[in-house]
Amino acid sequence: MAKIVGGYATSHVPAIGVAIDQAKTEEPYWQPVFAGYEWSRKWIEEVKPDVVFVVYNDHATAFSLELIPTFALGCAAEYAPADEGWGARPVPTVHGHPELAWHIAQSVILDEFDITIVNDMEVDHGLTVPLSLAFGQPHAWPCAVIPLAVNVVQYPPPTGNRCLQFGKAIRKAIESFPHDMRVVVFGTGGMSHQLQAQRAGLINPEFDQRFLDLLVNDPDAAAAIPHVDYLRDAGSEGIELVMWLVMRGALGDDVKELHRHYHVPASNTAVGHLVLEPK
Amino acid sequence: MSGNDYHDIPGTFVFDAEQSRQGYHLNMFCMSLRQAKNREAFLADEAAYLDRYPMTAEQRQAVLSRDWNEMLRLGGNIYYTSKLAATDGITFQDLAAIMTGMDRDAYREMMLAGGRPIEGNRTKGDWDNG
Ligand SMILES: [Fe+2]
Repeated sequence: MAKIVGGYATSHVPAIGVAIDQAKTEEPYWQPVFAGYEWSRKWIEEVKPDVVFVVYNDHATAFSLELIPTFALGCAAEYAPADEGWGARPVPTVHGHPELAWHIAQSVILDEFDITIVNDMEVDHGLTVPLSLAFGQPHAWPCAVIPLAVNVVQYPPPTGNRCLQFGKAIRKAIESFPHDMRVVVFGTGGMSHQLQAQRAGLINPEFDQRFLDLLVNDPDAAAAIPHVDYLRDAGSEGIELVMWLVMRGALGDDVKELHRHYHVPASNTAVGHLVLEPK
Repeated sequence: MSGNDYHDIPGTFVFDAEQSRQGYHLNMFCMSLRQAKNREAFLADEAAYLDRYPMTAEQRQAVLSRDWNEMLRLGGNIYYTSKLAATDGITFQDLAAIMTGMDRDAYREMMLAGGRPIEGNRTKGDWDNG
């Protein structure tokens, strides 16, 4: 049977992708950002997932205002990295796992999570930056990837509680797949940041650290944080953090925190990173 | 307390239903700039290119004058307007700096020093009193 062997949460700041692509990771500005990912590079190399399930959001790339799915599950065989206005990132094509993805789609829909199924989609920095942080710059990604795009651009995103419960349904789906397979679930986005208007640049380390603590030890309390608290205290784009709750739900009730990293800034954003193991 | 308690957050446009309805054509114009050939066509003749999108005169003027906060006020969303910034060769960090009214070095310094703190930036009242 398929098994969830870990959880990996990280910010997905586009400038981090640029720093990797342009070989700037050793520069003084970037070194402390990337230092916190060295441990988890080795960890994921040892864990050797067959599939990573990546919860991320599309930033007006594959989806525009024409179509705004709250949860969109990628069931395709492959996904091309997108041109987001600066040219596509020089990273490998992402290969999916249609068999497991379709299994998850059927399972969660019958569990009353009415998701959108996607068979053709480009993926933006929200998905590719976490892959680069986890796996570096290989010629091909070392495992299959199942993307789950969550709407966090059009207000309102799904509630924290809905994300946590959906994560639990994803766990049930993955662990009922009848083939031996190791899966790591990624939650991406955040942490505190605001990219827009006069309050841009907002960073709130107290909010972020409290969120990390709650996510690990009291996910129900993290899931109860109302949207207005994210918008106000973590910045208007900090609301991406609801996506970490999908990952947390997929790990089961109790987890062990293996690794934590927090750094300010990467461009406009506070960088947070967690590695969790189900107990 | 209504569901719109986020209207009390200073210096912030929450991209809710009202903003999205108002900004549809403005944002779809920005979305078109994701393609290189459209970026070229827009830069070659901005006014003619904008004729393809039935936005309001105010929105059109905000685009032509690159009034980034005004675009947001009129229903633009930052992930869309940033595509216009990319067309102009402006990075996300520099765009943020422009919207705050700071020069790019001062903004970069603020971020390096830990960013804009939450204290004093939580409510519109904080700003009025500051
Ligand atoms: Fe994002």
